Amino acid sequence: MNDTAFVLTLAASVAAAVPIALAALGELLSEKAGVLNLGVEGMMLVGAVTAFQIGDATGSLWLALFAGALGGTLFASIHAFLSVTLRANQIVSGLALTIFGTGLSTFIGKSIEGLPLATDFKPTAWGPLADIPLLGPLLFNQDPMFYATVVFALIIAFYLNRTRAGLALRAVGESPGTADTMGVAVGAVRYVHVMLGGTFAGMGGAYLVLGQVPAWSQDGTTAGIGWIALALVVFASWKPLRVLLGAFLFGFARRANFWLQGEGVEIPAEFLAMLPYALTVLVLVVWGTRDLRRRIGAPAALGVPYIRDER
Amino acid sequence: MTTPAIAAVAATKRFPGVLANDAVDFTVFAGEVHTILGENGAGKSTLAAMLCGLYQPDEGHVERNGEPTLLRSPRDGLAQGIGMVHQHFRLVDRFTVAENVILGDPDQPRLIDQSVVETRVAEIGERFGLPIDPRARIADLTVGQRQRVEIVKMLYRDAEVLLLDEPTAVLTPKEVEALFITVNAMTAAGKAIVFISHKLGEVMSISDRVTVMRAGRVTGEVATADTDQRHLAELMVGRPVESETRRATAKSGQADVLLECRGLTLSIDGQNAVDDVDITLRRGEILGIAGVAGNGQRPLARLLAGIDGCDAGSVAVNGSSVTNHGPLAARNAGLAFVPEDRLGTGLVPGLSLTDNMLLTRPRKFLVDRKGARREVGQAITDYEIKTPGTEAHARLLSGGNSQKVLLARELASLGTEDGPQVIIVSSPTRGLDIGAAEFVRGLLHEARERGAAVLIISEDLDEVRSLADRVAVLYRGQIALQGRTDDLTIEQIGLAMAGVSADDDVGASPAEVAG
Ligand SMILES: Nc1ncnc2c1ncn2[C@@H]1O[C@H](COP(=O)(O)OP(=O)(O)OP(=O)(O)O)[C@@H](O)[C@H]1O
Ligand SMILES: [Mg+2]
Repeated sequence: MNDTAFVLTLAASVAAAVPIALAALGELLSEKAGVLNLGVEGMMLVGAVTAFQIGDATGSLWLALFAGALGGTLFASIHAFLSVTLRANQIVSGLALTIFGTGLSTFIGKSIEGLPLATDFKPTAWGPLADIPLLGPLLFNQDPMFYATVVFALIIAFYLNRTRAGLALRAVGESPGTADTMGVAVGAVRYVHVMLGGTFAGMGGAYLVLGQVPAWSQDGTTAGIGWIALALVVFASWKPLRVLLGAFLFGFARRANFWLQGEGVEIPAEFLAMLPYALTVLVLVVWGTRDLRRRIGAPAALGVPYIRDER
Repeated sequence: MTTPAIAAVAATKRFPGVLANDAVDFTVFAGEVHTILGENGAGKSTLAAMLCGLYQPDEGHVERNGEPTLLRSPRDGLAQGIGMVHQHFRLVDRFTVAENVILGDPDQPRLIDQSVVETRVAEIGERFGLPIDPRARIADLTVGQRQRVEIVKMLYRDAEVLLLDEPTAVLTPKEVEALFITVNAMTAAGKAIVFISHKLGEVMSISDRVTVMRAGRVTGEVATADTDQRHLAELMVGRPVESETRRATAKSGQADVLLECRGLTLSIDGQNAVDDVDITLRRGEILGIAGVAGNGQRPLARLLAGIDGCDAGSVAVNGSSVTNHGPLAARNAGLAFVPEDRLGTGLVPGLSLTDNMLLTRPRKFLVDRKGARREVGQAITDYEIKTPGTEAHARLLSGGNSQKVLLARELASLGTEDGPQVIIVSSPTRGLDIGAAEFVRGLLHEARERGAAVLIISEDLDEVRSLADRVAVLYRGQIALQGRTDDLTIEQIGLAMAGVSADDDVGASPAEVAG
C-alpha cells in the first residue's frame, strides 16, 4: 500500500468534507424546524458564484465568504416565504429553488466562467503537531474553514440539546401545534432556521470556490454536493456530530479515486457523478416510508405546513 | 370578587359557513369552576380557544380582570396567565415531561437547567396532586398521565385561568376522581377554572356555575346549587330527555355465533399486547370490552377488524375464517369497524362528507354520489350533525360531529339483510352530547334487535355498562374478568381494570359466560 498517497487522500477527504458538512448542517437546522429544503444545490451555487464575484472584485477572502453566506441566506428566504408564509408544497418549492439557483448562478457567473480566483483558503500547519504521523496532516494542517466547521457542528449540537431556543426549534419540527400553544412563534422559528440553512449552504458553496478549486464552473463547482448533503442529514438521523462524521465519509468517497488509481483500481467517473442522485433516490425511499422515517428520528412534522386555524 | 378573572364580551367567531360563536357573554371568577355545557358543535371549544388566544373573536372582545385585552396568540394568553388543556392533547411525544413543561417559557434561562425544572415539577405535583416523573418520555405515558403533564405545564407557567376542554372524556373513574381533587386544589389556590364536559353527573359535582350553549349562542346560565341533571339536560337539548336508558337484556341461549376468536395473540416490541384472548359474540347481543387505556383495546380491535395480522390464534366472522386475511376480507364477511381515531383511520379529513360516506359503500365501477349525498343529508337530520353541508370537508367538523358522521356510515345498514352483521365500535358515545349519545345507544340497541352483534371497546365504564349485555375487562392484553353486566358491580369491574384479581367474587365464571 502506498502510504503517502493514502494519507494525502485522507487529508484531502477532510477538506472535501467541509462544504458537504456545512450544507448538511444548514439543512439539518431547516429540517429540525420541520421545513424540508430541496434547494440546497441551488443555494450552494448562488453562494459560490457570489463569493467568486466579490472575492474577485475586492480581493478579500473573508468578504467573499461573507457574501456567499449572505447570498445563500437571501436565496433561502424565498423558500421560507413560499413554504412558511404561503404554505406551498415544500418539495415543489425546494426543487424550484434549485432550478432557479442553477439559472441565476449561470447568469451571474457568465463573465467568470472558467476564470481562476486569486484569493483562496490555505492550510496552516500547527507547528510540530502537524508532523504527528497520520493525525498531523489530517487534523493539524487544514485551512481555517475546517476548524470553523467542526466548531459549528459542536455549537449546533449544544444549541439543539441544551438551550431554550433549541428546545423550541425541535418542538416546532415535531409538533408545531403544541409549540404554538406553548407560546413559541412557529412562523418566526421556521423562517430563521430556513434562512440559517441558506447561510450554511451559501458558506459551503463559497468554500467550493475559495477553498477547493479556485474557479467557477456552472456544472463543475457543486457537482451534486447539495444532494449529498440532503442525503447525509437523513443518514446521520438529524444529529449534527454524525453529520460531521458522515461528511468525512462522503468526502473520502469523493477523493478516494486518487488513491485507488495508485492502487490500480479504476472507478468510472460517470459512476461517481451519479452517486449523489442515487443517494437522493434512496433518501426519497426513506422519506416515503413513514414508519422508517419515524424510526430513524425524522422530525414528525417535517414537510407539513402549519396552519393554526385548521384541524 | 366583583371583577371576573376572565370574560368574553359579546364575542363572535365565524368559520366558513358556520357561526361558531354568536355574541357570547361569559365570565369566570377566581376560585370558581364554571362549566360550559352544550351539544356537539355548539361552540364550546371555540369559546375556550378565544379565551386562551388561539382564536381571535371577529367581533366583541376578551377581558382579563376587567380590562379589555387583545390575545393574538396562545403566547399572549400564557403571558396573561391563561392556559388551556385541549380536547386533543398538545404535547411533543418525543420530548420528556420536563422538556414539554418548559417549552416556550420565556422565563427559562437561555441554558436549560434540568434540575431546577425537575424540582419545580415535583413541587407543583405535590401541591396540586399531580404526581409525574419529569424524566419520562411522553410517548411512554398513559392518557391520564399525559393529561397531568398538560395541567402541570400550565401551572408551571403560573396560569391563573385554566381552560379544561373535555378533560374527563379520556379518563377512568379513578382518574376522574384524582382530576377533581386537583381542580379543587386549584380553585382553593384562587385559580379560575373553565370546565367542558358532556357528563352531567360530573358537571353537577365539580362546578359552581354552568353556562349552556346551543348553536353558538348562550341559552342559559345557572348555579349548580339551583339545578339538577334533568334540568341541565333539558336546557342543553331543548327538550326533555330520557334520563336513564336501560338496555333490554338480550335473549340468551344458543343464537348463532357471529364473531369468534380463539387464542388471539399479538406481540408488539416483545410484549404481548393481546394475550391469548377468546371472544364469542352471538347474534343479538352487545359485548362491552372495558379497560384502562393502553391495556390492549386498540390492538385487539385492529386484530378483529383484520387491519393487523395476529401472531397466533384465529378469528372467524359469520363462521368463515378471516384470520390474517386483511380488512377487506373481514368487511366482506360482514364486519363493520368504527376505529378509535375518527379522523385518520375512520374518516379522511380532506374529503367531503359525501366522499367519506362512499368509502365503505359497495365497490362498483361508478360511484353512486347521489345516493351517498342523500344518505349524508339524512344523517345530518337524524344525528343533528352541525355542518355547512354535505360537501364540507370532514376535518372542519367539531369533535363530536365527525364522530356522528362515522357512526352514520357504519351503522346505516347494520343487521339488515345485506348489511354487516357484526360491528366493532370504539367508544361509540365518547365526546357525544347527551342527545346524540342517546340516539346512538338507540341505534345500537335497534341493530341488536335486528339480529346484529355488537362489540364495544371503551375506557368509559359508564358507557360500557349502559350499553352492553356482557362485559369483559382487558388488563395487560388478557381478559381479566368476564360476566353479565347485571351480575357485576362497578367495584368488581374497577378492580379488574386496575389489575387486582378478584376471581372468587365474580358472579359468573368466565367459561360459562364465554359460551
Ligand atoms: N377551524 C375551524 N374551521 C371551520 N369550522 C370550524 C373550526 N372550528 C370549529 N368549527 C365549527 O364551529 C362549530 C363549533 O365547533 P366547536 O369545536 O367549538 O364545537 P364544540 O362545542 O366544542 O363541540 P364538541 O362537543 O363536538 O367538541 C362547529 O360547527 C365546527 O364545525
Ligand atoms: Mg369541542
